[in-house]
Amino acid sequence: MLEVKQMVAGYGRLTALKGVDITVKEGEVVFVVGPNGAGKSTLLKTISGLMTPTAGEIRFQGDRIDGRGPETLCRRGLALIPEGRHIFKTLTVQENLQVGAMIRKDSADVRSDMEMVLDTFPILRERFKGVAGYLSGGEQQQLAIARSILQRPALLMIDEPSLGLAPLVIDQVYDSLRKLNETGLTLLIVEQSTGRVMELASRIYVLRNGKVVLEGDREELTDTSALDAAYFGFSSDAA
Amino acid sequence: MAYFIQVLIDAVALGSLYALVALAIGLVFGVMKLINFAQADYLTVGAYSLVIPTAAATPSMMFGGLPWALMIFCVVLSVTVLALITERVAFRPLRNTDPTTLLISSFAVSYFLQSLIIMFHGGRPKSVSIGAALTRPIDIFGLRVGGVQFLTMTVALLLLIVLVLFLKRTSIGIQLRAAAEDFSMARLLGVAANRVIAIAFAISGILGGVISLLFVIQTGTLDIRMGIMPTVYAFFATVIGGIGSLPGAVLGGYIVGILSVFLQAYLPEEMRPFRDAGVFTIVILILLVRPQGLIVTSAAKERV
Repeated sequence: MLEVKQMVAGYGRLTALKGVDITVKEGEVVFVVGPNGAGKSTLLKTISGLMTPTAGEIRFQGDRIDGRGPETLCRRGLALIPEGRHIFKTLTVQENLQVGAMIRKDSADVRSDMEMVLDTFPILRERFKGVAGYLSGGEQQQLAIARSILQRPALLMIDEPSLGLAPLVIDQVYDSLRKLNETGLTLLIVEQSTGRVMELASRIYVLRNGKVVLEGDREELTDTSALDAAYFGFSSDAA
Repeated sequence: MAYFIQVLIDAVALGSLYALVALAIGLVFGVMKLINFAQADYLTVGAYSLVIPTAAATPSMMFGGLPWALMIFCVVLSVTVLALITERVAFRPLRNTDPTTLLISSFAVSYFLQSLIIMFHGGRPKSVSIGAALTRPIDIFGLRVGGVQFLTMTVALLLLIVLVLFLKRTSIGIQLRAAAEDFSMARLLGVAANRVIAIAFAISGILGGVISLLFVIQTGTLDIRMGIMPTVYAFFATVIGGIGSLPGAVLGGYIVGILSVFLQAYLPEEMRPFRDAGVFTIVILILLVRPQGLIVTSAAKERV
């Protein structure tokens, strides 16, 4: 579904990604983990079209998409929830969701999807007319996910869904992500910590200093010491 | 008491005007991170479009000679087209550069438009009389109110209501607010960048056109710097309201307008020439207490 090949991207003279290969297949939950500054957010920004790669190529459902703007790519079925969720704080919950569904023309379907997300996240129904800035962190994350689902994407990318949330709230968020994946949504998730990754991942990439240093299916990485070694940059033998 | 109510009407009239200009500036800032100094010149160009380009001090009418509905339409349309052209030529190509470059570009546009007016109309102030019938005072419940003040207040309040309804109730308005708050996120959700930016400029052009007419009716003069003071006041309004916040811009507009009228009305006679100094002192005090502005949004942060 998504193929990133030898992608290079950065900010001015700083190269954040130095030739990254990543593949996401339909129905998978792919995690990219890595420490601060590994290039994780740059990866998602570049795939979603917010940044243009300086080399390499990105294919989505077979077509080259690098260099296209985000407003085009979201119509092709790509959705990104950036780090920090980025809900529209001055808009109401309802308006946030409306902007999410904006690209769709099928108003009857949108209405039934709206009901569906409000059933999935009942707190949003409760706060429907309220201003989104007053939601708690966990509620804002739910709103961000709900808003992206209303785009009806084929691939949903999330930058650190657990950032700044209490463990119990992270449980809820991961639970809803699992349910979404069960309905057929493909997920590409970036996390800084490896802690929660194993319960949801089909495949994992470890990113360090702009390069993929380890990749594997969940089954291959049951021995977490290899994962930790790659993450912290020891050689596996030493670990 | 009657005097107070007259002052109050003046204050609401001026406050609404500043609120409108501030809203135009705030919308453009929100979607583009551009403080558009050329907003002042949109206003000036609108006013000058009333007359035929000559160097005469009392020129003959161009749009100003048309029936009033057509006159309003032509002036507003010219300013809107002008705003869209400046966006296309001077701002859109620079959209991905840093805010400083955009700011410099807006200065360039501003001086360019001023020079253009001097070239066609000459640099001296002109007198022009439109809406003379409106300057007569009118009676409302036994109160004598300046016709122009009443008109300004009514038009500005109406425009403000229409604009707020547009921003709150229509899909494009909601997209515009979303984009003004968080441009990158709005693009990720499919809001077309060029379109919302063009709409923001169109709105600032429409407001500029209407406001220019109100000013000309009030003062009866054309001057190449006529747009600057109201726009500077509106900049202060957006800053004390919290730059990037649309409700903040409206709030700031009313604060600045009301302050200015009340200082004018209630300062001792010999201190009235210092009215502007008084307003700006209070603006500085507000900023010292709340440097981030009265209403803070995440739009004030840098975009990705």
